Amino acid sequence: MSVIFKKTTGLTEAATHYCPGCTHGIAHRLVGEALEELGLLGDTIGCASVGCSIFSYNYFNVDMIECSHGRAPAVATGIKRTVPDKTVFTYQGDGDLAAIGTAEIVHAAHRGENITVIFINNAIYGMTGGQMAPTTLPGQKATTAPAGRIAEFSGRPLKMSEMLAEVPGAAYVERVSLHHPKYIRKAKKAILKGFTCQLAKGGFAMVELLSTCPTGWGLDPVEAMEWLEANMIPYYPLGVLKTPEEV
Amino acid sequence: MDGRRAIPHIAADSCKGCGLCLSVCPENVLAIEAAQVNLKGYFPVSVKAEENCIGCLSCALICPDVVFTIERIDDHLEGRDE
Ligand SMILES: Cc1ncc(C[n+]2csc(CCOP(=O)(O)OP(=O)(O)O)c2C)c(N)n1
Ligand code: SF4
Ligand code: SF4
Ligand code: SF4
Repeated sequence: MSVIFKKTTGLTEAATHYCPGCTHGIAHRLVGEALEELGLLGDTIGCASVGCSIFSYNYFNVDMIECSHGRAPAVATGIKRTVPDKTVFTYQGDGDLAAIGTAEIVHAAHRGENITVIFINNAIYGMTGGQMAPTTLPGQKATTAPAGRIAEFSGRPLKMSEMLAEVPGAAYVERVSLHHPKYIRKAKKAILKGFTCQLAKGGFAMVELLSTCPTGWGLDPVEAMEWLEANMIPYYPLGVLKTPEEV
Repeated sequence: MDGRRAIPHIAADSCKGCGLCLSVCPENVLAIEAAQVNLKGYFPVSVKAEENCIGCLSCALICPDVVFTIERIDDHLEGRDE
């Protein structure tokens, strides 16, 4: 008998506060596993953001700091520049990274900060009750778009990965999805690469994880995964948008 | 002799009954019984057909609450030839 899957030591024993079926839990596990496999636990500083993952400092088994809304890349910049031998990452939702924190993420990429950004795109503001985000899809319902997002009125959703890949200072940008085990395996590889890029002093790395918010979307967890696959992937295509040659 | 390749262990009190694991298990190993309630007040997943588990890890990969530990049955160690 041999154990082929067990909980990573990259996560604490704390039970998460996330809703049933919320993919934040999957993303947490992948980050924890990646840090464990790279031997970085004990040498990593994580920057929690504001959103449902605000308590992620209780769940990652590394040193964590809580940042004000959208400012995690600025906090990570300060930490990484002060203690460059530490591995530094941010964990940010789309409200945090693509709305209030747009300037911080663009300029962290612009400066080529040697940090790893884990970007959870669930196309909504989960924590505050399901308001429209810059990433909410056209036609998608939100409390602030009860009839669905109207592109002519609110604009078409921001594609942060495409945008940041165009920034010269960005080294590695990939979009993956958490809707199915096969894709979750790929997401893990991308997260590992996001961290090895930093270890190789490659510069700014971001992995965007297409995620669900069953509660905010008003769907059960399984339907939410199906909705992600059918609606998010066509608008937010998966794949590597930018990669350094040496990683 | 059954076709069992692996054993899924479930930390039932960590389960939130979201059903994602059931939806991806290719062998219908898992079930949610409304008769049981765990410490958190959810209906947890349980193993209904352990003998069917092929150890594909799909349940463990998709579970947001890291409920699963999976053990593989090593045929040669267990003296079970194919
Ligand atoms: C300065 C400031 N403005 C607004 C808020 C309200 N607020 C809290 S979380 C959030 C957005 C969360 O959405 P997202 O980052 O997508 O994370 P999710 O909850 O979906 O995981 C907002 C607007 C705040 N906490 N602080
Ligand atoms: S509100 Fe949405 S993002 Fe927040 S924990 Fe619940 S399902 Fe997850
Ligand atoms: S390992 Fe695969 S076959 Fe076994 S219970 Fe999990 S999903 Fe089903
Ligand atoms: S995926 Fe995890 S939390 Fe959801 S029902 Fe299955 S074991 Fe429980």
